[in-house]
Amino acid sequence: MLTMVQSIADAQRVALEIDKNVLLLGEDIGKNGGVFRATEGLWEQFGSERVIDTPLSEAGIVGSALGLAMGGFKPIIEIQFLSFITPAFEQIVSHVARMRLRSQGVFSTSMVIRAPYGGGIGAPELHSDSTEAYFVHTPGLRVVVPSSPYTAKGLLLGAVASPDPVLFLEPLRLYRTQKEEVPSDYYTLSIDKATVVSQGEDVTLIGWGAMIPLLLEASRLLMEQDITADVIDLQSLSPIDEETLFASAKKTGRVVIVHEAPRTCGVGAEIAARLSEEVIDSLEAPIKRVAGYDVPYPLFALEHAYLPSVKKVVQAVMELVYFQ
Amino acid sequence: MLINHLLPCGTLTDAGSSFWRTLSINEKLDLLFFLRSVRMLDRRMVLWQRQGKIGTYAPVEGQEAAQVGSAYALDKKDWVFPSYREQGVAFTFGISTTSIIQYWSGRIEGCKPPIGYRYVPPTVPIATQLPHAVGAAWSIKKKKETGIAIAYFGDGATSEGDFHEALNFASIFDLPVLFFCQNNGYAISVPFAEQSATKTVVEKASAYGINAYQVDGNDVLAVYHVVKTAKSKRKPALIEAVTYRTGAHTTADDASRYRPEGEVRIWLNRDPLYRYEQLCLKEGLLDEDQIEKQDQQVAKELDRTMREVEKSHPNPSSLFTHVYHQIPDWLKKQQEEAANDVNHGSIHC
Ligand SMILES: Cc1ncc(C[n+]2csc(CCOP(=O)(O)OP(=O)(O)O)c2C)c(N)n1
Repeated sequence: MLTMVQSIADAQRVALEIDKNVLLLGEDIGKNGGVFRATEGLWEQFGSERVIDTPLSEAGIVGSALGLAMGGFKPIIEIQFLSFITPAFEQIVSHVARMRLRSQGVFSTSMVIRAPYGGGIGAPELHSDSTEAYFVHTPGLRVVVPSSPYTAKGLLLGAVASPDPVLFLEPLRLYRTQKEEVPSDYYTLSIDKATVVSQGEDVTLIGWGAMIPLLLEASRLLMEQDITADVIDLQSLSPIDEETLFASAKKTGRVVIVHEAPRTCGVGAEIAARLSEEVIDSLEAPIKRVAGYDVPYPLFALEHAYLPSVKKVVQAVMELVYFQ
Repeated sequence: MLINHLLPCGTLTDAGSSFWRTLSINEKLDLLFFLRSVRMLDRRMVLWQRQGKIGTYAPVEGQEAAQVGSAYALDKKDWVFPSYREQGVAFTFGISTTSIIQYWSGRIEGCKPPIGYRYVPPTVPIATQLPHAVGAAWSIKKKKETGIAIAYFGDGATSEGDFHEALNFASIFDLPVLFFCQNNGYAISVPFAEQSATKTVVEKASAYGINAYQVDGNDVLAVYHVVKTAKSKRKPALIEAVTYRTGAHTTADDASRYRPEGEVRIWLNRDPLYRYEQLCLKEGLLDEDQIEKQDQQVAKELDRTMREVEKSHPNPSSLFTHVYHQIPDWLKKQQEEAANDVNHGSIHC
């Protein structure tokens, strides 16, 4: 039985074992085992040539990881919190996402950039943002988000196996909330696919990461009113698994998309646009978004006022069910 | 060369003696008051975090002299750009303990500078405040004002690009800005020797052609003296205060994972508060009873402030104010939504 953070450490252990070209780079990932312990025990097992504590420099980490990838290595990077990826933004959007194209396929850009993200745990200022949309908006990158210990390991190993650079976002609110059986061996899950985590008929709830337990709770409450929901864990934010989303939307005719990030230009906007382009004929009500407000993520005393809640999701579903 | 005025046992060096003679009784007593108050505030914050009254907290303990000595050399008109560990700077500079407690309680009100102060909210992303200090110093220079700007940061910050860009700008445009680095030995778990191939922070200044001072950061007199001197020159300077955080990086950190206990013990013997207190007692500035009374007063005030902060509650509407100069109409709708969401106390139901 592992928590998500333990399964992430386990996935990296397996990755280091099966491929000698895998290198871990990050701040405090060595002796300290990562500030969240997501690399616990790996420095001891694999040594400082492969589990590398870097200087405090995100641009340096990502830029040099690209050079290592071009040279044939497979870096797995830890950015301590997603908010602190910004010094590396230029490296990611101008180089990691484009080197394959610009070298016309000659140079590898294969790497995984792991970053804990999201709110709800009372963390200090600038430790809770959900800025996934910047990266989903960047062609050439993949963006993957797990929501359970089992999917975390499979998706992370799937990301490591990918020839494309993957931003792997870890919902820190779920790091230790759930323990489940996680195989100790190598296994991968597809990093292109959404999964339907709960089936229903009346409404489709779409989310990812820390929103999944909240959607399941909302769906349980809705059941008391005889409303059943498809709960879809998007998992891959880029590419978006249209097939799964469209099939569910066609079946239920009602869609609520839920994310922590601000509403405007969040990934929900992209999903809503694709649904309205392709399945609008099947919809019985407008597509709804439950998202963070269009304000900077608040200091923690007000984070629960900012974040999507079960109540907000249930309310949104009710509006759709009673829509005339 | 490390500038030192006061030895760990509380004895003045020659340079220290001559500086000591230039200080007024008030200055001498103020320094002691700030050192003791900051330690008390800091220890209470750690306790309050454990009691669930405030959030994750970054302790100052061990670095009080670097913070008090430098902030005491500043004037109200100076610009101050702190990082997140600068509670000692804030307190000494005149920021209220209400603000300090609010900030660590996750309240945006704690970021607001008092009227007339150029004390900027703590910066969380490492090293990003350094270029701001450069710009503030530039505005001082263009407006022919008399103040300076000072940026506070740690040794880890010297690895970020912003550090190097800031030093270069400051030098090229010849600006009155002080870069005050508290080298406390670690950036979370990474020791300075793994952070930097240069043995010191100060030697990096020569790459940018600016002045540098390396000072014993646990010696409040030397720090005060150095910052006063650097400030009077009105030129860019890099100051390295060599110190140590005797506690954890934050209340969420376990420092025993990455540093030897023996090392901590060595630094406890170089305690910044003890040596200055010994000096004040030896010099007969005050006696232990007076210190005790002063402490009780401060403690009472701190506890009262904490109770007041606890009693007040943030208003969800405040999420929307000050995001723009005026709240746009489309955002007002969201503000109303938030105000009507009465169950905002919980993410659940
Ligand atoms: C850009 C950025 N990257 C990472 C972090 C996470 N982080 C917070 S404090 C810290 C170490 C800072 O060390 P140092 O600059 O020496 O200051 P100290 O905490 O020792 O005072 C790190 C890596 C951050 N806040 N900002």
